[in-house]
Amino acid sequence: MAMCAEPMIEVRELTKSFGAVDAVAGVSFRVHRGEIVGFLGPNGAGKTTTMRILAGVFPPSSGSVRIAGRDPLREPLECRRAVGYFPEYAPFYPELRVAAYLHFVARLKRIPRARRAGAVAEVLAVCGLESVANRRVGTLSKGYRQRVGLAQALCGNPPILILDEPTIGLDPGQVVEIRDLVRRMRGDRTVFFSSHILSEVATVCERVIVIARGRLVGEGTPGELSARLGRRRRVVIRVDGPPDDVAAALAAIPGVLRVERRDGGLALDAAEREDVTRAAGAAMQQRGWSILELREEPIDLEEIFLRLVSDGGAAS
Amino acid sequence: MTVLAIARKELALYFGSFLFYALATVFLLLAGYFFYTNLGFFVLMGGMSLPRGLWQYQLLDVQRLLLVLTPLFTMRLFAEERKLGTLELLWTYPVRDAEIILGKFLACLAVVTVMVGATVVYPVMVAAFYPVAAGPLLAGYVGLWLLVAAFIACGLFLSALTDSQLVAGAATYGLLLFFWVITWNEAAVNEVTLHLLVPFSLFDRFYPFALGAIDTRDVTYLVLFTVAFLTFTFFALDSRRWRGLR
Repeated sequence: MAMCAEPMIEVRELTKSFGAVDAVAGVSFRVHRGEIVGFLGPNGAGKTTTMRILAGVFPPSSGSVRIAGRDPLREPLECRRAVGYFPEYAPFYPELRVAAYLHFVARLKRIPRARRAGAVAEVLAVCGLESVANRRVGTLSKGYRQRVGLAQALCGNPPILILDEPTIGLDPGQVVEIRDLVRRMRGDRTVFFSSHILSEVATVCERVIVIARGRLVGEGTPGELSARLGRRRRVVIRVDGPPDDVAAALAAIPGVLRVERRDGGLALDAAEREDVTRAAGAAMQQRGWSILELREEPIDLEEIFLRLVSDGGAAS
Repeated sequence: MTVLAIARKELALYFGSFLFYALATVFLLLAGYFFYTNLGFFVLMGGMSLPRGLWQYQLLDVQRLLLVLTPLFTMRLFAEERKLGTLELLWTYPVRDAEIILGKFLACLAVVTVMVGATVVYPVMVAAFYPVAAGPLLAGYVGLWLLVAAFIACGLFLSALTDSQLVAGAATYGLLLFFWVITWNEAAVNEVTLHLLVPFSLFDRFYPFALGAIDTRDVTYLVLFTVAFLTFTFFALDSRRWRGLR
């Protein structure tokens, strides 16, 4: 990532209000050519609104946006041409066949007739859709429909891709597939994609922008952000024993920061470097209490954001 | 060109859907039934002129049939795309809102035109047995076509306001019926008001066409009505600036 590279997406003091509600309140950031940047935030943080503005769905209430150096207010169609957009939940026309749909997209993207068939064939191949090209989109599995959504974004070879939660609602296998596809789509493109799953962003992106409640709260490499948040892990345990004693025993384990009771079990927050899971198991066994359940659970991202926000974050 | 792309997609959806065939069947069965009874009436009662004795009744019947059927064609145009979320996607392509509106309007107009066009077999059949003057009949069809365009523009506008096809359809019925009955109840309004209302009745505007007369004032009114509602549609889509997507 060269910082001197030209910014493909540039947002300054972006604000979007709907009535009295500020969906986005003064967000500024840049995404450079060839970068792959994650856009992280809890639900309702303003991610989708920001991405819709970048994709040209509606203009901001105030602030400025530059897409590949152009102003979408002055040159809306040129800006839209530079962007491939994947909306949340990958909307589709159930009755259209995959290839016919992509031809429709190619026409709307004003790809000249002579190059249209080639462009459609290319995205079909890249997204692994050749075998279902003649199926109706509505009859495809969720994973395939997601690929159709990515294919329409990729169609016309736009230099910028904006992907809103491309892996939401998919099973783990499909998530990996889509993630690989996003990586393959990258090439020399600029990719800006949103997620509410920290680990996902960490595996795909070089840089992460975090927003919450419409404001920028953090920015940096996934490593930097995790360090700032403090690395933690959470263990959930359900034990057949006297609840108070169990809680006390767990709290005594080195590295455990917090013990919390919840629906019949206990949740431990601990520093990531400690192997609390093993220690908790051993401690219970030692006292002769049978373990009914013991598992690690990813820390709720909502909490991380709240912590970032309450810490003051990078927001001014 | 993008207008054509939008129109093509809409046509594919119409002709690929059961709804179109169901509506076309209902239309042709009822139009045929009306023609059968109107022709019987004309033959038995011995009308002197075809335009007044047969085509007038037939065109007015078809007009009522289109009032019932057209909203069922238009209700899905934007409401369905809003519901599916595909409208958002259209807004990210290098396509102007006006092109989207025009594409959908033209596709729907083409579909209803094809359906109504099928009724041309009736005069062709009559012509085999009785001389048919093409002029008045042509005027009737021109009027019917302009009226259908007005219906569609109205339906398109209401479809752009909601993500519910049912609400769009019901509202279209409401508005079109309003434009029908607007001049009915002379007793309810004073003469001055009635005078102001008369020009706005879509159906009074169609009546001269049914008799075989093309009046430029009627043509202008129907075209303006259509353009006005297409413009309203533009503003309905543009409201996403301050309203968001839902």
